[in-house]
Amino acid sequence: MSDKLYTKTVHELHQLMKTKKVSSVELVTAIYERIEQVDDKVKAYLTLTKAAALIEAQKVDKRIADAKEIGPLEGIPVAIKDNMCTEGVKTTCASKILANYIPPYNATAVTELEDDGAIILGKLNMDEFAMGSSCENSAFFPTHNPWNLKTVPGGSSGGSAAAVAADEAPFALGSDTGGSIRQPASFCGVVGMKPTYGRVSRYGLVAFASSLDQIGPLAKDVTDTAIIMNVICGYDPYDSTSIDKKVPDHTKALTGKLDEIKTVGVVKELLGKGISPEVKKSIEEAIKVYEKLGAKIKMISMPSFEYALSCYYLVATAEASSNLARYDGVKFGLRSADSPDLLSMYYNTRREGFGPEVKRRIMLGTYALSSGYYDAYYLKAQKIRTLIKRDFEAAFKEVDVLISPTTPTVAFNIGEKSDDPLSMYLSDIATIPINLAGIPAISIPCGLAKGLPIGLQIMGNVLEEEKIIKAAYAFEQKTKWHKERPKL
Amino acid sequence: MTISKKDVEHVAKLARLGLSEEEKEKLTQQLNDILKYAEQINQLDTDKVPPTSHSIPMQNVFREDEAKPCRNTADILANGPQTQETTFRVPKMLE
Amino acid sequence: MSKKYEIVIGLEIHAQLSTDSKIFCACSTKFGNEPNSNICPICTGQPGVLPTLNKKVVEFAVKTSIALNMKKIKGESIFSRKQYFYPDLPKDFQVSQYDKPLAEHGEIEIEVDHSPKKIGITRIHLEEDAGKLVHVGSDRITGSDFSLVDFNRTGVPLMEIVSEPDIRSPEEAKLYVQELAAILSYLGVCDAKMEEGSLRCDANISIRPVGQKEFGTRTELKNVNSTKALKDGLTAEVERQIEALESGEKIIQETRHYDEKTGKTIALRSKEEAHDYRYFPEPDLVPLVISDAMIAEARKDIGELPQAKIKRYVEKLNLSAEAADTIVAGKDLAEFFEKCLKSSDKAAELSNWIIGSVTAYLNEKKIGIGQSKLTPKKLVAMLNLIEKGTISKKIAKDVIVQLLETEKSAEEIVKASGTTQISDESEIEKIIDEVLAKNAKSVADYKAGKITAMGFLVGQTMKATKGRANPGLVNQLLQKKLSA
Ligand SMILES: [Mg+2]
Ligand SMILES: [Zn+2]
Repeated sequence: MSDKLYTKTVHELHQLMKTKKVSSVELVTAIYERIEQVDDKVKAYLTLTKAAALIEAQKVDKRIADAKEIGPLEGIPVAIKDNMCTEGVKTTCASKILANYIPPYNATAVTELEDDGAIILGKLNMDEFAMGSSCENSAFFPTHNPWNLKTVPGGSSGGSAAAVAADEAPFALGSDTGGSIRQPASFCGVVGMKPTYGRVSRYGLVAFASSLDQIGPLAKDVTDTAIIMNVICGYDPYDSTSIDKKVPDHTKALTGKLDEIKTVGVVKELLGKGISPEVKKSIEEAIKVYEKLGAKIKMISMPSFEYALSCYYLVATAEASSNLARYDGVKFGLRSADSPDLLSMYYNTRREGFGPEVKRRIMLGTYALSSGYYDAYYLKAQKIRTLIKRDFEAAFKEVDVLISPTTPTVAFNIGEKSDDPLSMYLSDIATIPINLAGIPAISIPCGLAKGLPIGLQIMGNVLEEEKIIKAAYAFEQKTKWHKERPKL
Repeated sequence: MTISKKDVEHVAKLARLGLSEEEKEKLTQQLNDILKYAEQINQLDTDKVPPTSHSIPMQNVFREDEAKPCRNTADILANGPQTQETTFRVPKMLE
Repeated sequence: MSKKYEIVIGLEIHAQLSTDSKIFCACSTKFGNEPNSNICPICTGQPGVLPTLNKKVVEFAVKTSIALNMKKIKGESIFSRKQYFYPDLPKDFQVSQYDKPLAEHGEIEIEVDHSPKKIGITRIHLEEDAGKLVHVGSDRITGSDFSLVDFNRTGVPLMEIVSEPDIRSPEEAKLYVQELAAILSYLGVCDAKMEEGSLRCDANISIRPVGQKEFGTRTELKNVNSTKALKDGLTAEVERQIEALESGEKIIQETRHYDEKTGKTIALRSKEEAHDYRYFPEPDLVPLVISDAMIAEARKDIGELPQAKIKRYVEKLNLSAEAADTIVAGKDLAEFFEKCLKSSDKAAELSNWIIGSVTAYLNEKKIGIGQSKLTPKKLVAMLNLIEKGTISKKIAKDVIVQLLETEKSAEEIVKASGTTQISDESEIEKIIDEVLAKNAKSVADYKAGKITAMGFLVGQTMKATKGRANPGLVNQLLQKKLSA
């Protein structure tokens, strides 16, 4: 039994725990064994917390020994992207500048998981400060795509997606600012969800772009996604932008039918130029699946999407340049050894501590906010954001959910785009508008090309995660792409 | 708009970012490329469009005025690159 | 000061709001001496933290806005990030309000040479305070070996009140700050003590030839820590600017510091660094929208403000303008005074004691009335003893010092020292008889028509009783004896 434990989903593991066929200690041990086997190749983890995990697992086992009911995550291991603060456990954001940072507090999402009995396995690799789409921007090492170790796992939550795909964690938390959960989920053939902005507390998520960042789950199937959403969503008094509304039971959306979803919209602009033929083909097949499920299909034009990428790179970098000012050598993190005076300390610490992509974005964002350029860049971008929101509002008057490819292509090779920032940015073309509008979206596996997964993105209106999950689950039931696993 | 190396130096100073000569050259090139691409936003007339700074509109979120002691002051100080007693120490400030 | 030039001053006041917790986190605002004892992940800007706005800060600002007659309070205000690198600023930006402040367009009235003058208030906005730096190796930044950072003050709520350039003399500036301080302390929103840093004042100052419309180049006077230093500093700066203009020099826009030792202002930085604060709306905080209901709620909470109080003391309680001014100037004194009035109707007498012996004592000890042992009950009881004739006013002057210093009541003090007033006629008569016998010459003088001799005899009688005899009775009995 335990030799294949690591392949199982959260809901399967829960059944095993509930019926006392497996203990949390057994499970945690099995996962660490798997990590030992494959992480040399995948490189998903930055930090492992094995000793603490086993102690926690024992506690949970004691607790469930005489419990009648156990929670859905009780005793289930999870791995956390390394930009969420874990009290007492190094949180680096895959940056040299935070290489030795030990947070004095927990992110709210992490606390939610721990309170529900989940066992934290360790911290996952990512693009430095979540800036990137390939996980190559980690200051420590790149993560490899388990489907083909020569390709990237996507980013910035590349470690999260790779870990789940390689069975190194039953599920993981990631963060999504412009596609950072969905794009790697797509590249690694797992399910990744970005909830409505404000649905999951950002407290303790190291900020990249505050108005876009959102924590979400990466899991092996839609059922697990619904279960995890139930745990991590909710109002947090420590996050003023978190939404103070009751969280529904997302698992109720797992009906296998489309029910109230009558019309599925297809974003016209995301099936046109720049989308590779194999991706396009998979999406066209997905459309047929929805037709078979009884949905009316409607092509929807989103004219503002053309400007979304520009808009995003101005808004996100402006906020990032401000959020990353605090890494200055004064209070935490790196201080350059070459700090004869305060100003030199600032310059040298930030030069040595940040990688090239982070520097590029700090520069772009600082420029966009600087005197004389604010109106032309930052303010203009915020106005375009309004237009993107309006396009979505209009679309959701006509359709219940929207679909598109998650990414224009399958995973690219490591090194392929690292010298061309603009072409790298273009790989987020389909995911970025969602963050700008604050709406929820999911990526689920919908095909394979050249042995690499393809992702289907399903978008819903504000707080309509249930509709998205319903549409995703119905698709999953009909197709079984989520059962495909990489051979490692 | 094009960015000169001097602009790059000015922005780097605002951001307190030390850059090598090579980085300056490269960034001048890359920022120009990115901004040239971003110029497309000027094709849109947004005169009558209000900006969106929060995608989900909200207002008046408050906390009650209750002081609570913090349990992890020592952990905060422990992260200091250089501390002296309970202060963070920084190098001398030149004028 | 020269009549050739007109002085133009605008003031930016930073008032620390007296809330229990900081503006964006739950750390206490009441810190002791131990650096970094009141800090948390939020106010030290740890990666991943978010701010949450203290409701009381907003209530205090709305109250102040009503009191300062701000025309725009209702509606949206926005927090922005003001970005600059400095070690006392943990996030390397200050959360403040920029293009949409909490309130705009108000005014207050001050009294200049016995006539009222209005000073416009441009805006009121909220922001967080920075931390404290100690420069080691020198008392200034320049020449120091290193600096130590303490974040206890970081995140203490500040309310910035910006005046219009309506102030025309250093004296007016001082009066404006005093009036504002009184209003803030009456509202209970700020301790308003410049000496303690709870009220901080930066002054923009320029001069222009009388009749000229455009403003002259201004300098900024920073870090003055008393109203006296403000007035003196501005006076020195005006003189410096006049001298400069007269000798054909140009005024440079710069930040200056008033050195109390030399009585001169000095440039803080030789060249003003071009600031580019890169303000943008704080994405981690949502817009603040002040409603009519919030304004009405705040209005209920505003007690009588200083100007109204002075007016009432003069018109209803018949106090002199000076007495009313003095009592009202200190909120604690006025509260004390009004508590006394609850059990006594002797407003004039109470005010005399309060602005007389009591204030003199407090000033000498440099404490507030709250730190003394005097209570309204104790003061009223003493006044009753005077009225009953148990003690004389002269004795009361000694008694009040003990009331201020000890827990004892007036009665206990009087009893213990045996200084009760002698009002027993037979006892006084006996003493008068002795005095008359000893001073036969004065008696004769009086009888010969020298009225002043009476005063001498009263004095002698009082002296014989160590001041304890009831002066009225002494007078009365002496009259009777001498005319017998
Ligand atoms: Mg200010
Ligand atoms: Zn705090």
